[in-house]
Amino acid sequence: MSKVIVYCEHTGGNVRRASLEAIGAAASAGAEVVAVLWGEGASVAAASAAGAAKAICLTGDASFSPDAVAAAVTEVIQSEDAKGFLAAASYRGKDLCPRIAAHLDVSPFADCIEFMAAGESFQVKRPWLAGKALATLGTTGGVLCATTRLNVFEPVDGPGPSDCSEHAVSAPAKATVTSTEAKADAKLDVNEASVVVSGGRGLQEAANFKLVEDLAAAFGNAAVGASRAVVDLDWRPHGEQVGQTGKTVAPQLYVAVGISGAIQHLAGMRTSGVIVAINKDAEAPIFKVADYGIVGDAFEIVPALTEAVKAVKAQS
Amino acid sequence: MNIVACVKRVPTTEAVAKPAADGKGLDASEFQYMISFYDKIAVEQAVQTKEAAGSGEVTVLTLGPSSGTKEIRECLAKGGDKAVVLTDDDWQSRDARSTAKALVAQLSAMNADVVFMGRVATDRDNAAVGPMVATYLGWPCVTDVIGLEIADGKGSAKVETDAGIETVEFQLPAVITCQKGLNEPRTAGLKGIMAAKKKPLEELAPEAIENQSDVIEVALPPARKEGRIVGEGAAAVPALIDALQNEAQVL
Repeated sequence: MSKVIVYCEHTGGNVRRASLEAIGAAASAGAEVVAVLWGEGASVAAASAAGAAKAICLTGDASFSPDAVAAAVTEVIQSEDAKGFLAAASYRGKDLCPRIAAHLDVSPFADCIEFMAAGESFQVKRPWLAGKALATLGTTGGVLCATTRLNVFEPVDGPGPSDCSEHAVSAPAKATVTSTEAKADAKLDVNEASVVVSGGRGLQEAANFKLVEDLAAAFGNAAVGASRAVVDLDWRPHGEQVGQTGKTVAPQLYVAVGISGAIQHLAGMRTSGVIVAINKDAEAPIFKVADYGIVGDAFEIVPALTEAVKAVKAQS
Repeated sequence: MNIVACVKRVPTTEAVAKPAADGKGLDASEFQYMISFYDKIAVEQAVQTKEAAGSGEVTVLTLGPSSGTKEIRECLAKGGDKAVVLTDDDWQSRDARSTAKALVAQLSAMNADVVFMGRVATDRDNAAVGPMVATYLGWPCVTDVIGLEIADGKGSAKVETDAGIETVEFQLPAVITCQKGLNEPRTAGLKGIMAAKKKPLEELAPEAIENQSDVIEVALPPARKEGRIVGEGAAAVPALIDALQNEAQVL
């Protein structure tokens, strides 16, 4: 059984769901998983790495250095004789993976939506041209390094590793994170949420995003997204932008309010589980990818939908 | 300061994907091209860095076809001083490692203080070449930068991660990949466009490097199943709720 090293991000003593999904991807290909964690609380969080046979905690400087940590993860990959490396396609995972790939002199694959065994090695499927095409890719040798798109793979339902060994980060840090300004609120990130409610120019002005926020709040596990048009108008922050020049999301449910569905927006959300579109223009391209559409005035429909979702949630 | 902006020529946002006849790539015959969205931010940051330093030179570096110099001239019109094109008519078949190694070979001879690249090229969407180049060169790299200060051989960058806004400090030389929000790329004026025609543009042959990754198949994504309009106006909400609960089972 080939071994896959999975870099696990953690917060509050638990491995993040996105990293659990990366373990799930490795496990689905029949790999033996070794979880690697960095930072304060790593040894506690390691126990929650469901599906990993063992865990290795990286120890060293209290400040994070992406280059030093990438070098340390590379050492672990080599000493474990792993055939694969996975991380979530989060900021951290996408930043570390290519560095590790360069150390191993291989070509990495970002944002993978499938991970399969191929003999001793692995293959991945990933989008090209923002999802207009899907490429199946493998390696001609060496470790397959990849990141897994969030909300695509299922975490393993099982125990985590029972202990955590240590590996020292020994490479000198070239770049160092010196401070982190935490987010003002504990809002769900748009590419992590299982429900995304996005608004576009059809909302007419920034203040009307309240309708979208209320609907997201009614779902409870939802994040607010935005089209490029409204981010360019400074109605919403870039962190909420869904699309080719924003974030790619694949929630279970995506609700597009007042978004016409420009090609670059569709690129960012077309792999969502279920797509609902609310738009006054029955010819809007968003309806071509939507599973369910309502044609009409968002200012009437969205508040009614919010109340209806609240009523459903109150019953369950 | 010796500043390099790496850019890539990519299919336009409107490009239609069609697998190539051999199923190992995309049929590029009808593609129109542009400089990748984030690479325009990289060029702007290179020019602003030179302006802030009061002196220096901005080299626009690309790996692409010899026919792609129109887009490179656009970068020169926006403030680049000269361009180096590593010509490879098969550039779209290169994997990230092979592209990174060709850039590394060139950058090693360029004595750059800082190299700017886009966060990701909007064709393969791999976001790999920047951090790979830095790792091969042994340089620091900060990815997805939204704020940057460079002075006295050091830099401080701001990035938005899942945890919040991080400040990252590093020494030059370094590779910086640029995220939307770092700057507003300027448009080229007539004077810039005229001047760009006379700026040096050197075409060099890149190192031949075999791909390490293997394309097994390129296909179109499965079509989404046909959806339906459940109704009009607020009166359609109960039908939508019913569909989400009983048919799609997501509520």
